[in-house]
Amino acid sequence: MSALLDHLPELWQGLIVTLQLTAASFAGAAVLGLVITAMRVSPVGVLRGIGTVYVETFQNLPLLVLLVLAVFGLPEIGLQADLLVTAVIVIAVYEAAYIAEALRSGVNAVSAGQGEAARALGLTFGQSLRHVVLPQALRTVIQPIGNVFIALTMNTSLAAAVGVVDLTAAANRVNLVEAQPIPIFVGAGLAYALIAACAGFVTGRLERRLAVAR
Amino acid sequence: MSNLLFDEPGPRARRRIRIATVVGAVAVLALAALAVRQFAAAGQLTADRWAPYATWPMWRYLLNGLWATALAAVVSAALAMAAGLALALGRLSRRRWVRLPAAAYVEVVRTIPALLLVYVVLFALPRYGLDLPLFWKLVVPLAVSNAAAFAEIFRAGILSVERGQGEAGLAVGLTHGQTMRMIVLPQAARRVLPSIVSQSVGLLKDTSLGFVVSYAELLYSGKVLATYNGLLIQTYIVVALIYLAVNASLSKLARVLEARTPQVRVPRARRRRRSPVRA
Repeated sequence: MSALLDHLPELWQGLIVTLQLTAASFAGAAVLGLVITAMRVSPVGVLRGIGTVYVETFQNLPLLVLLVLAVFGLPEIGLQADLLVTAVIVIAVYEAAYIAEALRSGVNAVSAGQGEAARALGLTFGQSLRHVVLPQALRTVIQPIGNVFIALTMNTSLAAAVGVVDLTAAANRVNLVEAQPIPIFVGAGLAYALIAACAGFVTGRLERRLAVAR
Repeated sequence: MSNLLFDEPGPRARRRIRIATVVGAVAVLALAALAVRQFAAAGQLTADRWAPYATWPMWRYLLNGLWATALAAVVSAALAMAAGLALALGRLSRRRWVRLPAAAYVEVVRTIPALLLVYVVLFALPRYGLDLPLFWKLVVPLAVSNAAAFAEIFRAGILSVERGQGEAGLAVGLTHGQTMRMIVLPQAARRVLPSIVSQSVGLLKDTSLGFVVSYAELLYSGKVLATYNGLLIQTYIVVALIYLAVNASLSKLARVLEARTPQVRVPRARRRRRSPVRA
């Protein structure tokens, strides 16, 4: 137990990095995922194609391969950025594919009459997407998006494998010094579980409050 | 074409679509051109940096890695599915002392990163005299973490089988276990097959953690190769393409299976109560 308490500052620092990674990459993934979804439901064939290829590609590549490619490969072609920034961008790009899939299922769940009504009022594609379809789609996908968020939190730990000192890396480092794996890893595991539990709680509340009656 | 967001386009909409098509295509081509220029400027496009990937020894090495990836994925999938089925049945058990631990396992393990489990197996277990062989250092944490995911898939599948099926089994005198084994599980298995395949894609992606364990699967083989020949970006791009080809085929299989799986019907009693207006 003392091993855990003695190294609380390092572990705390790691937790902060994990939270930063999670928050920043989720924000990026949400924006990018929204754009991809809009492309995938648009009447423009090329954009639909790009959206589909994007989702297919990133859902079928391991995140760690992308991280390794970006962190060790990109400097080879003269693209080098801060390690944390690189990790955030890669995780955001990867998770955007999952957000886009979740959002698209939500768009498909909106009943056709809603779209017809929007068009009957003379709304354009963008307007009906923004004012009619997306608000309803977002409400139905709160739970799936929450699951993507939890998966994203777990996935940020992969950044540890390319050198980001997040909670996972910090726990590992402290363990290498202290050789007290049980309290340290259990502590780190609990911190992740706590983040996931918070996300689950928030999405549960939101879902109940915003549920669409059908 | 009936669509949620747009009607059959008229002349003006068709013009706008054409414009958007051109703009989109140009943007993608510009992005590709930018990437090629960046590669060329860094001298990464010269033939001698790519030619090695047209030779057999290089591919033999990477295919060995792919084979090791497949082996790790298949073994951890088998273990995770067996454990997942046991956990799902446990969560549905009538006995509290079986139900609670199974539920606790699933809920806790689902929220622990696989890499953290890998570190535990890699650095914590040896302290307690449990130093697993390299292969199992990758397979055990993957099986432990994926068992929870498979358990949830199986449980959803079992719950999707209509109550009447189980009741009918009990009515003809089968025991609880026989009903589960002979009536409910076969039907559930067909329904969860697509989800099982997509979860297996996720598991195959997770085997890239061999990079951390130094188990010579595909990504780690790529790392060794890149250290040896110095062709970093080329190697990792080729590795990524192999993963993409394999996983995209598996995902395609999942979709084909999904299209062939009979649609899960909503239990009739609920449907009737839900739509009194139309009746």
